[in-house]
Amino acid sequence: MQEPTSSLRRPRISGIGRVLVVVYGILALGATGRSFVQVVGRFGEAPVAYSLSALAAVVYIVATIALIAPGPVWYRVAWVTITFELVGVLTVGTLSLTHPDLFSHPSVWSDFGIGYLFIPLVLPVLGMIWLRRRRGLAS
Amino acid sequence: MIEWFSWLQIGVAVMAGVVCVVVGLLGRKPSDLVLGALALVEVLLVAQLVVSIVAPTVGNSPVGDPLEFYVYLVSAILLPLVAGFWALIERTRWSTVIVGVICLAVAVMVFRMNVIWLAPTA
Repeated sequence: MQEPTSSLRRPRISGIGRVLVVVYGILALGATGRSFVQVVGRFGEAPVAYSLSALAAVVYIVATIALIAPGPVWYRVAWVTITFELVGVLTVGTLSLTHPDLFSHPSVWSDFGIGYLFIPLVLPVLGMIWLRRRRGLAS
Repeated sequence: MIEWFSWLQIGVAVMAGVVCVVVGLLGRKPSDLVLGALALVEVLLVAQLVVSIVAPTVGNSPVGDPLEFYVYLVSAILLPLVAGFWALIERTRWSTVIVGVICLAVAVMVFRMNVIWLAPTA
């Protein structure tokens, strides 16, 4: 998979990568929709948890865009956002099991994303594998 | 929401999703079968929207948060349109897989809508 320099601005996605982007898009939509409901409907109940939900939703949106957009800058953005997601799901997932009182309100990352079929846990790993395979485009 | 209708809808979406993912992985480009299955999923979603608007007027109101319910429903209605558009402009087997993934996502969302309407936990 050697890419010539001239293909630097080619979109990073092709083939199965597009499926990854679509799943990212669905998760971004789901997280955005849910946090919209939480923030509009009952923000006062758990401002911290719901702010975190909103932040997670924004990061998923940025990650989705970064996976689609060409160029080395977006490549780096993709790495940063996907790393943030993995750290987030691992941290919040662990804390929600050891300190359930901190996360009594469900968020996208509670219990390692069980409410989203563990997709938030699996997706960053698949995203990183994908980015590593495509790193020729960014160097 | 009418419970048996939701389950029928979830069943159709899961079947459409599995068929499209399998057919796509086997290398098939989006065919009439694939787009037909997607169209069926979309028609059922629009029917669900009509049911959801009419049901409260005949005494079948949601137990959970109506705002949350409609965020799911509107998102679910938009997804197959995106998938269909994608399948039409990019005619590769991955578009078929994407149609399948979207159908499965719709199934999950209808399941969540069912929970919100009948017996929300939170």
